[in-house]
Amino acid sequence: MKEIFAILVSAILVDNFVLSKFMGICPFIGVSKKTSSAMGMSVAVTFVMVMSTALTYPIYTYVLAPNGLEYLQTMAFILVIALFVQLVEIVIKRFMPPLYKALGIYLPLITTNCAVLGVTILNIDNEYNFGQSLVNALGAGIGFTVALLLFSGVRERIDNADVPKMFKGVPAALVAAGIVAASFMGFSGLVENLFQ
Amino acid sequence: MSWLKEFYKGILKENPVLVMLLGTCPTLAVTTMAFNGIGMGLATTFVLLGSSIVISLLKKVIPNQVRLPAFIVIIAGFVTIVGFLLQVYLPDLYGALGVFLSLITVNCIILGRAEAFASKNSVGKSIADALGMGLGFTLALFLMGSIREILGQNTWFGIDVSFGVLEPIGLFTSPAGGFMVFGLLVAIANKLSGYKISKKKGCGGCPSRGACHGEGEVQ
Repeated sequence: MKEIFAILVSAILVDNFVLSKFMGICPFIGVSKKTSSAMGMSVAVTFVMVMSTALTYPIYTYVLAPNGLEYLQTMAFILVIALFVQLVEIVIKRFMPPLYKALGIYLPLITTNCAVLGVTILNIDNEYNFGQSLVNALGAGIGFTVALLLFSGVRERIDNADVPKMFKGVPAALVAAGIVAASFMGFSGLVENLFQ
Repeated sequence: MSWLKEFYKGILKENPVLVMLLGTCPTLAVTTMAFNGIGMGLATTFVLLGSSIVISLLKKVIPNQVRLPAFIVIIAGFVTIVGFLLQVYLPDLYGALGVFLSLITVNCIILGRAEAFASKNSVGKSIADALGMGLGFTLALFLMGSIREILGQNTWFGIDVSFGVLEPIGLFTSPAGGFMVFGLLVAIANKLSGYKISKKKGCGGCPSRGACHGEGEVQ
């Protein structure tokens, strides 16, 4: 139980996927201008992260590893993620139109979000078991949500601020992201001191 | 002549990282040292070149509806090859790049060039475009890596450049410093390009834009 919490806290705060592992920077900069769209993107990413972990882990453990095909990991994982995202899109478009209206536009963007492929590969690299992998994926998703929501608040204020002309837009957002990342450095050492 | 034009545009005018803001994840993640930046840049160039050639050759064979999954599989194949090569010949670099080597697969520069250029142009032009874009990416990563290594560790390619007076500033090797150095470089590129970047809205350069028709973008 303690270990599960350690993985969760570490994925959300200490090794935040966006702010310390640098995964999913494109949506972090592109979709963080409004809190509502940041929330929609985050929910979709978290769902895809957990589900693709649930799909890729058994494929690696029971199909690739016993046959000595570990090197096909990248290719197999990205195919599974792309097919799964496509499938989810078709299913919710058909059966849950309101949900599709809210989240549908974010789904095609998720296939090329490196945080999703990143979390499935890191689960294998860190030699997590199935339960730990799912918790890590959930933590990564929540961490992505926290970073995006916090930053969308910062972003709304920067866009109204009077910054030098050459910094207007993305450059100012990147520098602000640096300050948000610096504040997350305060969490380093948290897991060692709380759980060990 | 037109081939030369395709080659040069990627280096400065349409630099994939500093002007088009693509491939930001590896740009920030691996540039704590100049050598890692160059290694990542060259690995990406190899994948970009290989996939551009294959996609350009197959552009009439791949059906339009399934082109994105097909492109991704071709790209993933070249990523696997580059992973094997680095593991054997440059194991240190292989370790330093870690998971970001596999993540070249989802680097938006590669899918973006496949979608915007290689699937529409001849093989020769695609090679020129891939080499130019790859070189532009490598140069941007080398610049970021040099700044962060010199200020953060007082070394350059592992050689001491402190001259006995400089002190290492830890911030520059941390993630926060990565964002700030990148922000400053983009600001300079913004000024040099006549404020092209300020006018760019949200996910303007995203290769998946065709899939969501720009609806994911918030003005």
